[in-house]
Amino acid sequence: MKRLPMTLVAGALLTAVFAVAALVSLAWTPHAVEGMNIATRLQPPGADHWFGTDHFGRDILSMIMVGARTSIAVAVIAVGMGMVLGVPLGLLAAANRGGLIDEVIMRGNDLVFAFPALVIAILITAVFGPSAVNAIIAIGIFNTPVFARVTRGGALSLWTLDYIRAARVAGKGAGRISIEHILPNIANLLIVQGTIQFSLGILAEAALSYVGLGAQPPTPSWGRMLAEAQTMIAMAPHLAIIPGLAIVLTVLGLNLMGDGLRDILDPKLRRAR
Amino acid sequence: MLGRLKIGLAVLAMVATPALAQRTDISVGMVLEPPNLDPTSGAAAAIREVTYSNIYEGLTRFGPDGSVNPGLAESWDISEDGTVYTFHLRDGVEFHDGTAFTADDVVFTLDRARDEDSTNAQKQLFAAIDSVRAVDEHTVEVTLSQPQGAFLFNMAWGDAVIMSPESVEDNATNPVGTGAFRFVRWVQGDRVELERNPDYWGEAPALERATFRFISDPSAAFAAMMAGDVDAFPNFPAPETLEQFEADPRFEVIVGSTEGETILSMNHENEALSDIRVRQAISHAINRQDIIDGAMFGYGTPIGTHFAPHNPDYLDLTDNSAYDPEAARELLAEAGHEDLTLRLMLPPPTYARRGGEIIAAQLRDVGIETEITNMEWAQWLEQVFSGADFDLTIVSHTEPMDIGIYARPDYYFQYDSAEMQEIMEELDMTSDPEARTELLHEAQRHIADDSVVAFLFQLAKTGVANADIEGLWENAPVPANDLTGVRWTE
Repeated sequence: MKRLPMTLVAGALLTAVFAVAALVSLAWTPHAVEGMNIATRLQPPGADHWFGTDHFGRDILSMIMVGARTSIAVAVIAVGMGMVLGVPLGLLAAANRGGLIDEVIMRGNDLVFAFPALVIAILITAVFGPSAVNAIIAIGIFNTPVFARVTRGGALSLWTLDYIRAARVAGKGAGRISIEHILPNIANLLIVQGTIQFSLGILAEAALSYVGLGAQPPTPSWGRMLAEAQTMIAMAPHLAIIPGLAIVLTVLGLNLMGDGLRDILDPKLRRAR
Repeated sequence: MLGRLKIGLAVLAMVATPALAQRTDISVGMVLEPPNLDPTSGAAAAIREVTYSNIYEGLTRFGPDGSVNPGLAESWDISEDGTVYTFHLRDGVEFHDGTAFTADDVVFTLDRARDEDSTNAQKQLFAAIDSVRAVDEHTVEVTLSQPQGAFLFNMAWGDAVIMSPESVEDNATNPVGTGAFRFVRWVQGDRVELERNPDYWGEAPALERATFRFISDPSAAFAAMMAGDVDAFPNFPAPETLEQFEADPRFEVIVGSTEGETILSMNHENEALSDIRVRQAISHAINRQDIIDGAMFGYGTPIGTHFAPHNPDYLDLTDNSAYDPEAARELLAEAGHEDLTLRLMLPPPTYARRGGEIIAAQLRDVGIETEITNMEWAQWLEQVFSGADFDLTIVSHTEPMDIGIYARPDYYFQYDSAEMQEIMEELDMTSDPEARTELLHEAQRHIADDSVVAFLFQLAKTGVANADIEGLWENAPVPANDLTGVRWTE
């Protein structure tokens, strides 16, 4: 067996740490995450509270763990939503390459791309009110064109290949070819893109929560922890450093993993090696 | 060489001289931007924080300690029976647009405020007025339908400032008053600029220019203060940073009292909240000291009724609703509301956002779930304050002596108690100080016993200013940033 690239191993390990933390938080956290204790607020990291306590006396480690769950849940659903919407659109566009449907879908994508994601997210939350669900919808909408493009690009090059023509000649329709032949062959592209979008989704969730448009209190969220820490940096720097590091490390892990996956999955790169 | 040095020194001196001169401009930070600049047609405290005593003046005015002093009325006589007030107006006062201030303006202002179509947010201030008459150009006679002990106090409010009929229409965007500063411009979303009024009737203020800057984000406020973009922030939104300012010799931290009773309001139209046992349960579920420490970093005084603790007539009723989660759970069980879910609407200030999270945790502890919605002020004013579409909300009532809101059944928490309304009516007709004290005590006890809302704490005025500024109000008897006495010492 070939050796796995270092980036993949490092990335997967980092990602696993947070995924495990999120999973464990479902059953157990060191302290009750919503348990406030004003008397022990703003404690530095120590034996009882490994990462210290925040301005309400809540245990930061517990909040980071549950926050990981919030981040991962929002990112997974949003990326899933982008895939579910984007991939069929991309396949449809590729199947009708050069046609009117292709044109409509791709120009629609350009339209969505043209809007800054945060502005649309603010619009959505202004209309429907801020919540984790609306954050998911906002991030999902912006994942859709990304997947549509990747799918279409990958599919277009496949459509010119001989085995697709053979399938055509055998009488398969565009729909069946897309699902039975195109999709399995672009799956690796989608996995790599999905990993990258996943890290972007975590960043987007943190950004939306930071400006108060993501998960609402008392649900812990890394972005909101950062926002709340801002005025207390001089007094309790760990309030900002810990959620900040959590975001950086998760995103770094996912990006490394995405790069590593590309290294082993992308046929062009594989051949080059 | 020596010549060049001399020139150099001369240049240096030229550059340095202006820096030694006293500064005559000030930039004052405020959390909220006023929706308009007409205090006679809006309830927002931010309007008064810009205009009170700076742009507009009333017949009487509040001093920094809450005392009532002569304003545009130099002096006044009160008839024996206490129903006729004769105000002697100052001579030679002009509005900023050059029109003379006369008795007619007073008649106009008071008639407009108590008119049926009046948009005044505090119409009850004028309710006792029966008629207003200009005796001559500088004398006004106000006849009350009954003696009112608080009439001169009422006339000092920001809602009772005198306006001229010539400019009243545009005061919302181009305020014209008689004050020591006149309006220059308003950059929406950013600042309001004022300049010294050269024709001011009183002592000229030390400041030539004043800018009110609106910075709602606590961390931006902190940065602006640290960078010197703002010279003073009379109601600083991040109490957790005050320690840092205190340790810094460049700044002075000014902690005083306000008239802001901070309460957890309850909507009496809500079926569960109309039950006194549920309201009592909520009051007992709340640990006030935790909220003061956790949200305000210790700044604030617990209250057990809607009255300012620094007022001599205040009653400490906090024991009525002492923290007792066990009692709260029992009361809820008795009322049959063991699994209650309530909506908690939170406006932007720190006391509401942070206090709301603490209260949500405390209520959860006794079995009440809350759904928190964070709102901007505009949305809060529309949905909660005007629309009464809420279950719980946290807000600080910053008007002075506003216990009368509990006698207004149409007020947003919709508390309708005939008994309370009677007490306030009687208070209005009483001018004997002892009898008034007795009635005020009765009113305080009544709303505390009825657990109308959960009384949390008296908001502290936590201000930060450049250490070289003097004359800022320490306390806030009314929402105001009176700049007439403010000066730089260096």
